[in-house]
Amino acid sequence: MKNKSSYWAKTLQNGLIGGGISLLLSVVGLVLAFGKTYIISGVLTMAQVFVLAPFLFEATQSIRQLPSKEPIKTLLVGGLTGLLGGAVLALFILINNFINIRSVLINVSPDLVNLLTFHLPLVAGLLALLGISLVVGLVAAGVFMLPDRIRGALSQAVMVVVLVGLFRDLIVTVILHWGWVQYAFLWIFAQSGLTIISALLLFALVGGLGYWSAGRNRKAIAANRTPRQQKVVRWGTLGVLGLIALLLPAILGSYFSEILDNVGIYILMGLGLNIVVGFAGLLDLGYVAFYAIGAYTLGMLTTSEAVGLLHLSFWVALPVALVVAVAAGVILGLPILRLRGDYLAIVTLGFGEIIRIVVLSDWLKPLLGGSEGIQRIGKPAIGGLVLANQQQLYYLILVCILIAGFIAIRLKDSHLGRSWMALREDEDVAEAMGINKVTTKLLAFAMGALFSGLGGVLFATKVGSIYPQSFSFIVSINILSLIIVGGMGSIPGVFVGGLALVGLPLLLSQFADFRYLIYGAVLVIMMLRKPEGLAPEARRRLELHEDDAGPGLQEELQTVTKNPGR
Amino acid sequence: MPILEVENIHSYYGNIHALKGISLTVDKGEIVTLIGANGAGKSTTLRTICGLLKPREGCVRFDGEDLAPCKPHDLIFKGMSMVPEGRRIFSRLTVSENLEMGAYTRRKGPELVADLERVFTLFPRLKERRKQVGGTLSGGEQQMLATGRALMAHPRLLLMDEPSMGLAPVLVESIFDTIVQINKEGTTILLVEQNALMALSIAARGYVLQTGEIVLQDSADELKKNKMIQKSYLGME
Repeated sequence: MKNKSSYWAKTLQNGLIGGGISLLLSVVGLVLAFGKTYIISGVLTMAQVFVLAPFLFEATQSIRQLPSKEPIKTLLVGGLTGLLGGAVLALFILINNFINIRSVLINVSPDLVNLLTFHLPLVAGLLALLGISLVVGLVAAGVFMLPDRIRGALSQAVMVVVLVGLFRDLIVTVILHWGWVQYAFLWIFAQSGLTIISALLLFALVGGLGYWSAGRNRKAIAANRTPRQQKVVRWGTLGVLGLIALLLPAILGSYFSEILDNVGIYILMGLGLNIVVGFAGLLDLGYVAFYAIGAYTLGMLTTSEAVGLLHLSFWVALPVALVVAVAAGVILGLPILRLRGDYLAIVTLGFGEIIRIVVLSDWLKPLLGGSEGIQRIGKPAIGGLVLANQQQLYYLILVCILIAGFIAIRLKDSHLGRSWMALREDEDVAEAMGINKVTTKLLAFAMGALFSGLGGVLFATKVGSIYPQSFSFIVSINILSLIIVGGMGSIPGVFVGGLALVGLPLLLSQFADFRYLIYGAVLVIMMLRKPEGLAPEARRRLELHEDDAGPGLQEELQTVTKNPGR
Repeated sequence: MPILEVENIHSYYGNIHALKGISLTVDKGEIVTLIGANGAGKSTTLRTICGLLKPREGCVRFDGEDLAPCKPHDLIFKGMSMVPEGRRIFSRLTVSENLEMGAYTRRKGPELVADLERVFTLFPRLKERRKQVGGTLSGGEQQMLATGRALMAHPRLLLMDEPSMGLAPVLVESIFDTIVQINKEGTTILLVEQNALMALSIAARGYVLQTGEIVLQDSADELKKNKMIQKSYLGME
């Protein structure tokens, strides 16, 4: 009895949540702003997706928690969830008819009401809205009753079509760089969104592929490979990834290459902060300081303007900048050796601000340029070739990331890596085991400062001019979020986190001001769903999801312990 | 010949005078126990010996050498290692990794392998669970792991802080049996315990601590017969 009432209550709740999300998206103006942007030209607009997708999602949520899969009950629950969602919107529109909600929520315009009621008269429109919501819920239920394999392929196909349509503008920007090859792809897209035919083709292609790959037993195939074949597969994958990494700037064009450069610099700094926070457990909120120190040292030493010092070349100034950054790391490390946790965070935060304020001050203006910053910073040259544009700099950044990644991977399972880990777990006991707290902590700060300083150097030479505003507190926070999103202490996590956190806002740029809404929502959902990060370290995953740590994970941990050098 | 001499130490937590002139000695090959109620200063004494807390007065000598200039991490090189109160194993590391951390200061080699074997012989349970993450072990297993970790440093003096804490009586007995065995194999032990009965049953000598002072010291057998001890620590009327 209790069980029965609980899933009806859940259905009610899910329906209201779905309606609430749609209502929120409508009220903030997102729906209206994309009312004429098509995903499939002439058929489906983004606005419709924004309004109906929450119903679809909540309906599947309702169906999932059903104890049995009787068709009638499934349809009932799905349809009810959808209908409830529609009812929330309909009720809102009705109320708006009597009270002028627009005086409070300015986005609730007659246009929005028209859009939500399909440009029909009020009563007919409301009925249409309810009807479509019901259909969406029923569709969700219907899809759920299909066999797993078909359902998986179907949802994959729908997802891909919607995403390709959604990011049409970005994809077209990229394709336009491809010379004559562009004509092989451009026909897929209409003026806005996909054409109907290409949407159908894409749907069939992805659905077919999904159906086929779901039928293959990947594990069995992988297990049947000989060690030689396994090696070929592993190196083949690496080779393809490497090739893609090398060709990316050529494929993506200069606009996206700049984004890639930014992502790269963030990943580089993420690798460094991951050592400090992820490995050694020292919460550093002033990480931007070393970034600023690296950038300003390079700027000061290489600028061709009067404010500079020596007008050195990039390659001569680079090691100086790195040494200065590391020295700063050690100097910061010394006074805070005794601090832990929150206290450490506050002091490092202060350090970051000190550096920014010092740079901004009039006192050092002759050297650092004050608020005018430093312009015309030297570019690196290899032989006669000056790495001037974003595509060329990409390769320099790539090399730096590879080196930094290699160092981080080697450090992780080294003697030093283990002492960081022990220090993170329990400082007193680590000392009792014979770990020198002072040198170990200072080494962590120094390594972090090294990578951050390198990031600053690359940033300075990439942009060519630096200003104090570029080195605000938010940089530290972004890099910290990057590590958390990727998975604390995990090296692949830094890459995933970098792509997600720096890449996502850029992907969402077409949503203008709404992008922060989406970005924030994605972050919240992600932290609720995957608190251990997107690509977590094996032991951390084990800690947070002990129940579903299958034999695979145990195996993984075993190999890690067996070969600490891996 | 005393391996550890503690001479008239006074330790403070801020303004709180926690140890008011403690003196004790541990001879090579002995099990010596330090018993006392909650808050008597047992753990503080251990923390001071380990250098985690600096005494304002007095000195600690190990093998006749004053430990005042030493940092906590130096002591393990000298041959002193500790099983901390409440186990404090590295809960996110596997059992093997915990044991490896214990041998942090040592070189890889046949001696290390032999010590690992010795720990696994003392605690077969740890061998079964060596791939398991420390935090998932039971309390008794964690105590075994903490003891094993300390032994991996191959100490001459082992400091143990309340190994019986929070364990079922059966487990307490087995842990104490192991302590005797470790001692027989040549490791000197300073045992801090609240469970006075158990501690006195395996120790050669004992010190009784009360509010930062040593109020009694004698052989374990004499202490067991002492009326005051029987009344306040052994629960006999």
